[in-house]
Amino acid sequence: MFCWICDSLGRHVATIHKCDDKRRRAQRALVHIQWQSRTIGFAMKRYSAFAVAREALRYHTGWERAWRSPEPKRHYDVIIVGAGGHGLATAYFLGKNFGITNVAILEKGWLGGGNTGRNTTIIRSNYLQDPSAALYEKARSLYETMSQDLNYNVMFSPRGVIMLAQTEHEVRGYKRTAHANALQGVQTEWIEPARVKELVPIINLEGPRYPVLGGLWQERGGTARHDAVAWGYARACSDMGMDVIQKCEVTGVRSENGRVVGVDTTKGAIDCDKLGMVVAGNCSHLSEMAGFRLPVESVALQALVSEPIKPCMDVVVMANTVHGYMSQSDKGEMVIGGGTDGFNNYTQRGSFHHIEETVRALNETFPMVSRLKMLRQWGGIVDVTGDRSPLVSKTPVDNIFVNAGWGTGGFKAIPGSGWAMAELMATGHSPLAEEFSMMRFKEGKFIDESVAAGVAH
Amino acid sequence: MLILECPYCGVKAEETELAAGGEAHLKRFGPGSSDEEFHDYLFMRENPKGVHFERWRHANGCGKWFHAARCTMTLEVFGTYSAQTTEPPQEIKDKISEKRPDWTWRDIK
Repeated sequence: MFCWICDSLGRHVATIHKCDDKRRRAQRALVHIQWQSRTIGFAMKRYSAFAVAREALRYHTGWERAWRSPEPKRHYDVIIVGAGGHGLATAYFLGKNFGITNVAILEKGWLGGGNTGRNTTIIRSNYLQDPSAALYEKARSLYETMSQDLNYNVMFSPRGVIMLAQTEHEVRGYKRTAHANALQGVQTEWIEPARVKELVPIINLEGPRYPVLGGLWQERGGTARHDAVAWGYARACSDMGMDVIQKCEVTGVRSENGRVVGVDTTKGAIDCDKLGMVVAGNCSHLSEMAGFRLPVESVALQALVSEPIKPCMDVVVMANTVHGYMSQSDKGEMVIGGGTDGFNNYTQRGSFHHIEETVRALNETFPMVSRLKMLRQWGGIVDVTGDRSPLVSKTPVDNIFVNAGWGTGGFKAIPGSGWAMAELMATGHSPLAEEFSMMRFKEGKFIDESVAAGVAH
Repeated sequence: MLILECPYCGVKAEETELAAGGEAHLKRFGPGSSDEEFHDYLFMRENPKGVHFERWRHANGCGKWFHAARCTMTLEVFGTYSAQTTEPPQEIKDKISEKRPDWTWRDIK
């Protein structure tokens, strides 16, 4: 909640404000009082059609800030570093499933400004390996009710996802995945080219280089509004009494006798009983502060959008052989993603030739794309493990937990990842996260999606 | 766009002419090594924010492997050097020290 009188979010000092309009002054005073009551723990107002009507009648003066922005306290039971989707989801399920609400979520930049706000928003769970399918399917099913659960519209759109098979190897691979999914209880099916054309009329099946030989179709996959996922979780966390602290970079991790006791930040030292590291591309940097290493490398992954056009494709299409995937946003932009750079990078911008490769591939598969202008292009830093599967894991330091390594496909996993990570942090064990331990490399128990799923990496 | 000078043929090659080969100066641990060493050799990679040493191949050129010293925060290239060495030459280390006085990489300074 933002106080109109003293213009502040943090410490509130009673001051006298000049105002030439009496009515406006009275209105502002009302908001001021509401703001004060909010700081002593009144529940958030729910969003509803009624609330929209009510606010329309009073000049929209009653809307509150979606989440508080407090100064950090001296001590928290749990600190989560990283207020992206995964970090916020972890905090949310710590509160919702385990009643742990003395939690701070620290973010060095702005909320959801990392990979959460940079991905292509695809949600699917058609993975080959059982542990992946279980985790991603949990996430997908949580997305279905997320808007209701959070009372925040995340615009989940289960429009269906096709992964195109453009070589004989892919045909065999996807048929195998479809069978595996059937056993895992994940609803997918193999479809023939004619059905692909029916679902995506703008596609060119007879590409000279890579003809479309069929596809793996997951009807209940789709997209969601990525920012809204972060905002919705932040609002729900704040409502449970958690502190979402932005512009607060962790500069050091303090440990005593092999246990973490707190972190140093740009807003001072903060103590904690448990620490969760959920910082994607920067996880190596943070784990180094805590004195251990992670089996990940950070590389840039890019995406772009075209100018907005009329609705022309109402499913998500992924073409993994040629490294390109595309969907149409609700604004009408074609949202396009491609492959990662081949070298370590922290700059959040990638190489132009990857954009060229991606667009070249899509031009062949979707000839109409060639006449579109590119509107924006950006990059994010993704943390990639040796087997292309994530780490949701305990670490060599007793009470530090890590959630990282989601690589090029983290957005779809956000609620499932948070669910598993919260369970791991609260109870020390999570069935969903069990196989995703960082120790799996030592034991040779890889979850080899890089080869198995044929996903674009 | 990343441009590296191939130390063998002297061509200033841009990225599409090159193939990235990952972390440089890896020491191979095979039979006879401990589990820890073998694990680290296979899966643990340096992932620094800052100075980094890498292997590259002049794939669409002379075809030879070489090394590059680069900053992962700015994409600045400090220099390239021969693959016939187990650690960066002094000349490259000096160039880095000029711009990043307190750099370290593994146990190299």
